[in-house]
Amino acid sequence: MRQHWTRGALFVSSLFVLQACTTPEPPKKAAAPAPAPQAAASTAPAGAPTAEIEKYRAMIADGNPSDLYEMAGEELWKKAMGPKNATLEKCDLGLGPGVVKGVYAVLPKYFKDTNKVQDLESRIVTCMERLQGFDAKEIIAGNFGQGKRKDVEAVVAYVVANSKGSTINVSVKHPKEKEMYELGKKSFFYQAGPMDFSCASCHADPGKRIRLQDLPDLTQQKGAALGWGAWPAYRVSSGTFWTMQYRLNDCYRQQRFPEPIYISDDTIAVSMYMAVMANGGKMAAPGLKR
Amino acid sequence: MSDPMRVRATESGGVVDVKILMKHDMETGQRKDASGKAIPAWFISTVTAKVGAKDVFVGEFGPAVSKDPFLNFKYKGAKGDKVTVTWVDNKGGKRTDEATVS
Repeated sequence: MRQHWTRGALFVSSLFVLQACTTPEPPKKAAAPAPAPQAAASTAPAGAPTAEIEKYRAMIADGNPSDLYEMAGEELWKKAMGPKNATLEKCDLGLGPGVVKGVYAVLPKYFKDTNKVQDLESRIVTCMERLQGFDAKEIIAGNFGQGKRKDVEAVVAYVVANSKGSTINVSVKHPKEKEMYELGKKSFFYQAGPMDFSCASCHADPGKRIRLQDLPDLTQQKGAALGWGAWPAYRVSSGTFWTMQYRLNDCYRQQRFPEPIYISDDTIAVSMYMAVMANGGKMAAPGLKR
Repeated sequence: MSDPMRVRATESGGVVDVKILMKHDMETGQRKDASGKAIPAWFISTVTAKVGAKDVFVGEFGPAVSKDPFLNFKYKGAKGDKVTVTWVDNKGGKRTDEATVS
């Protein structure tokens, strides 16, 4: 297992500084509370292991490598590519063609042109297919972090970063949206597999944690806003940017379910359920996770 | 491989705070691939930050530094300085990016 030496070292040195707070000049950096979403909702007492983790998160939040993906995504958004040699700048992500600002906060939503409820990733794939002429099937059959799907992930980082601070406002007015929400809810509580697991096994109780990670209760607005609002995120343990589809794929794996098809209806439905539960919360993504 | 860096530089009270995020895999040489063969070491070996012709930061990195390294340092400077950051890796790869102090 590779250790992330620089970040670890920063953490250790900053702790030293914290202990030496009696010196006349308090350290600026360690004292400034970063707006980490985890810290805001924490009920952990000071000195608890989870509180220490939150301190660590706040410290490393400044150098979130998601920025690098965001930069690459912005370039991809504006670059003419594919068989049709077009950019993605005319792509309608839900707030009109070309609108990126704040759009992640209203997704997933129903799109008239595809007659489907789509999340950000499936919508980007639609745009890559329709505007640029790429083969959607190839992206769906591919792997995370490889080939064209890697480009989708970078564009996700770009779009999500431009929705930071927006209020989550996902609609269930359209019958298809309502249907997707209901399917997602069913899926969320669907208990199966060799371990007889469901999403709800981990994410339907307040105050639950796995090792030192707090598990958000996604059946409550507060927990859902925290969970949904912090993803997509850069995952330090794997050194890669994880989109919601990537994260869900891993949820299914952890439950020992069959691997879900990329941007399939069920993955979008579960996203829909979480997003609707999170309505009213603030987008804090791209996040930074262990 | 040489993806752009993100360089941010802000001045406050005569001190410039420079934050650099580099995109690099930083392979240690200790890891093995799926077939059991060692993945060759590939990491940033030196990082240099210049303002004009003057070095304001020179660092030697090694395989113990994390993937996608983040670097934060301060120097005495002023708004409008152009900070030029260059990294060189052990395979001779190179990347230079620039930021203006705000």
